[in-house]
Amino acid sequence: MVTVVHPNLELANAKMRASNVSVYYGEKKAIDDVSIDIPSQYVTAFIGPSGCGKSTFLRTLNRMNDTIPSARVEGEIVLDGEDIYGSAMDVVQLRARVGMVFQKPNPFPKSIYDNIAYGPRIHGLAEKKDETDAIVEKSLRRAGLWDEVKDRLLDSGTALSGGQQQRLCIARAIAVDPEVILMDEPCSALDPIATAKIEELIDELSGRYAIVIVTHSMQQAARVSQRTAFFHLGKMVEYGKTSDIFTNPIEKRTQDYITGRYG
Amino acid sequence: MSDQAINEGGAPTRTDAFKRRLKKRYASERRFRLAGLSAVLFSVAVLIFLLGNMTINGIGGFQRAELEVPIDFPSSGIAADAASMSSSGAIQALEMQGLPDIVQFYADQALGEEAAAELNDHAWREVARAIVADPEIIREKHDFSLSASAKLAAGLNGEGSQEMQALANRLSAEGKLAKNFDVGFLQRSDATDPQKVGIWGALKGSILTMVITLLMAFPIGVLAALYLEEYAPKNRWTEIIEVSINNLAAVPSIIFGLLGLAVFLWIFPNYRSAPLIGGMTLALMTMPVIVIAGRNAIKAVPPSIRDGALAVGASPVQVVFHHVLPLALPGILTGTIIGMARALGETAPLLMIGMRAFVATPPDGFTSPATVLPVQIFLWSDEIGRGFVERTSAAIIVLLVFLLVMNGLAIYLRNKFEKKW
Repeated sequence: MVTVVHPNLELANAKMRASNVSVYYGEKKAIDDVSIDIPSQYVTAFIGPSGCGKSTFLRTLNRMNDTIPSARVEGEIVLDGEDIYGSAMDVVQLRARVGMVFQKPNPFPKSIYDNIAYGPRIHGLAEKKDETDAIVEKSLRRAGLWDEVKDRLLDSGTALSGGQQQRLCIARAIAVDPEVILMDEPCSALDPIATAKIEELIDELSGRYAIVIVTHSMQQAARVSQRTAFFHLGKMVEYGKTSDIFTNPIEKRTQDYITGRYG
Repeated sequence: MSDQAINEGGAPTRTDAFKRRLKKRYASERRFRLAGLSAVLFSVAVLIFLLGNMTINGIGGFQRAELEVPIDFPSSGIAADAASMSSSGAIQALEMQGLPDIVQFYADQALGEEAAAELNDHAWREVARAIVADPEIIREKHDFSLSASAKLAAGLNGEGSQEMQALANRLSAEGKLAKNFDVGFLQRSDATDPQKVGIWGALKGSILTMVITLLMAFPIGVLAALYLEEYAPKNRWTEIIEVSINNLAAVPSIIFGLLGLAVFLWIFPNYRSAPLIGGMTLALMTMPVIVIAGRNAIKAVPPSIRDGALAVGASPVQVVFHHVLPLALPGILTGTIIGMARALGETAPLLMIGMRAFVATPPDGFTSPATVLPVQIFLWSDEIGRGFVERTSAAIIVLLVFLLVMNGLAIYLRNKFEKKW
C-alpha cells in the first residue's frame, strides 16, 4: 500500500526529506517504507494510534535510535541535502542541528541556568560568562519561561512544575540554535493549562524552526500543525495539509481514526 | 442471571465469614510486625552488648600503671641546654650523664628499694623525653608519673604473685601507684611488655594499606563498571566477565592472600610485610564489590537523562562524565564503603603476605614492614597476661573508631553528591 499524498500539497522548501525509510528492531519491522518531506517553516504533526511507529520514525530523524543496539534503519534521510546516516555526517553535530523534546520532561538534575547553558558549553558556542548569560536569557524568553524563573536561575530544574520543566526542556533544545525541533508527545504528561502554554509556544516557535510533533491527540494536531501525517501499523497512510486531513481525508482508515472509531 | 446469583447470598464482603477472615488478616499482620520488631531489638541488644563489653574492657587498655617519682634536678647535676637538647643524640647524651641511675636513685628514695625495683626499665627514657621536650624543667624539682613493670601492673589488677599484689595494694593506698590515661598508647608501636605497647604502628599501617587499596580499587572498579555498563557489547564474552567478577566478590579472602603471596611478592620480593603489597591484595578483594555496586548505580540512572544529554548533542563520553557518573556516584560510594570496611577488617590474606610480623616501629612509608589493626588485635589476643587482654580491647576500640571515621567520611561525601531527579 502506498502513502496517499494530498494533491494540493506543495512540496517546496523541504528541510528534511525521508525516502523509503524502514526501521527494524531485530527481526521486527517497526516502520515500513515511509517517505515524507518535512517543510522548513511549518509545524508537522505525526498522528496515529499507539504503537503505530510515529515515535520510532521521529527518533530516526536525529538518530536517537542509534542508542538501541538492535535498531536498524534502511532508506535515506537527508537534512538540507546531506544524508544524516552517511559517513560525512557527525551524529553529535546532527543532534545539535536537530534538537529533541521528550514525552516526559527530563531536565538535568542541575540548576535551571546550567540546564540551558549545558548545550552551548559543550559545543563551545559561548566562551565568556556574559555570552552564556545572554544565551540563557534568550532561550528562556523564547520558551516563555523567563518571567517565571528569572529570580531563581540557580534553583534545581527538577524543582519546577511539570509544565515549566517541559518548557525548560524546550529552552534547552533551542539554546544550541537548532534548525529542526522534534517533539515526542510533549504534552502527554501535562495538565490542560500547561498543555495550552506549550501549544502557544510551539505556535510562536514555528516561524523560526522546523517543528515535528508526535501527538496522540487529534485536537492538538489540528490546533498546532499545518501539515499532518497519519501513521498506522508502521506505515504512513496519508499526508497532507492539516485542514485537508481533518476535513477531507481520502483513506478510509484515516477517516475512521479521526472520527474516533479506533485509536 | 449472574447478577441475581450473587445477590441471593447477600453482598459477599458483608458476611460474618468475611469479617472472620479480615480479623485473621489483621492478626497475621500484627504477628509479622512483632517478629520484625523482635529481630531489630535482638540486633540492637547484641550490638549494645558487644560495644559495652569492648568499652568496659578497653578503658583499662587505654590506661597503664604508673609510679609517682619526684626528681630534684638541681641537686642531681644533670645539665641540659636548649641547644644540645634539640639535637638527635639528646637522649643518649642524657644517658651518658647517668640519667638512668639518677631516676633509680630518686625512685629508691621515694618508693623504697622493693617498689623502685618494679619501675619499668624504660622509665628513665620517659624522663629523658620530658627533658628534651622542655629543658627548662631541670631548673627545679619535678614530679613524674613513670611506667611500672608489667608484674606490678598485673598486681594492681589483682593478678600475679601474692607479694606483688600486696606491694601494689600498699603503694596504691599510699597514692604512689595509680592507673592513669596512657597517651603513649596512641603513639607507640608493638612491644613484648604490655606496659610498653602502643597502637600507632598498626594504625599507621592500616591507614597506609587503606590508601593503597582505595587508590587501586576505586578507579579500576569504577572504570570497569562504566565500561561494562556503557560500552561493552552484550555478548558471551561480557557475560563471562560479568559472572567472573560476581564470583570474585564471593571468593574467600584467604585465597586472595595466597594470590598476593604468589604474584605480588614474586614481582616485589623485597616488600614483604609492606602496606604496598597488603593494599594491592586487599584491592583485589574490594574491586569486585565496587564494580557490582557501581554497575547497579549506573543502571539506576534514568535513561531519560541520557536521552536529554544526547539530544542536545553530547558525545557518549560527555554523557558519561557529565551526567551518568555524577548521578551514580552516591551508589558507587556506598559500594566503596562496604568494600573498604571489609578490607579494613580483613586479617587472613594479610597473614599470608607476612603482615603478622612483630613490628616495633611505625612504618615509614608504603614499602616498609608494617602490621595492620586487625592483625595486631589477632597477635595480642594470642598473648597471655591480663595486660594484653585490656590492650586487645583497646585496639578493637581504635579499629572501630577508625571504621566509623572512614564510613562517616564516605557517607558525608555521598550525601554531598546525592541529587534527586
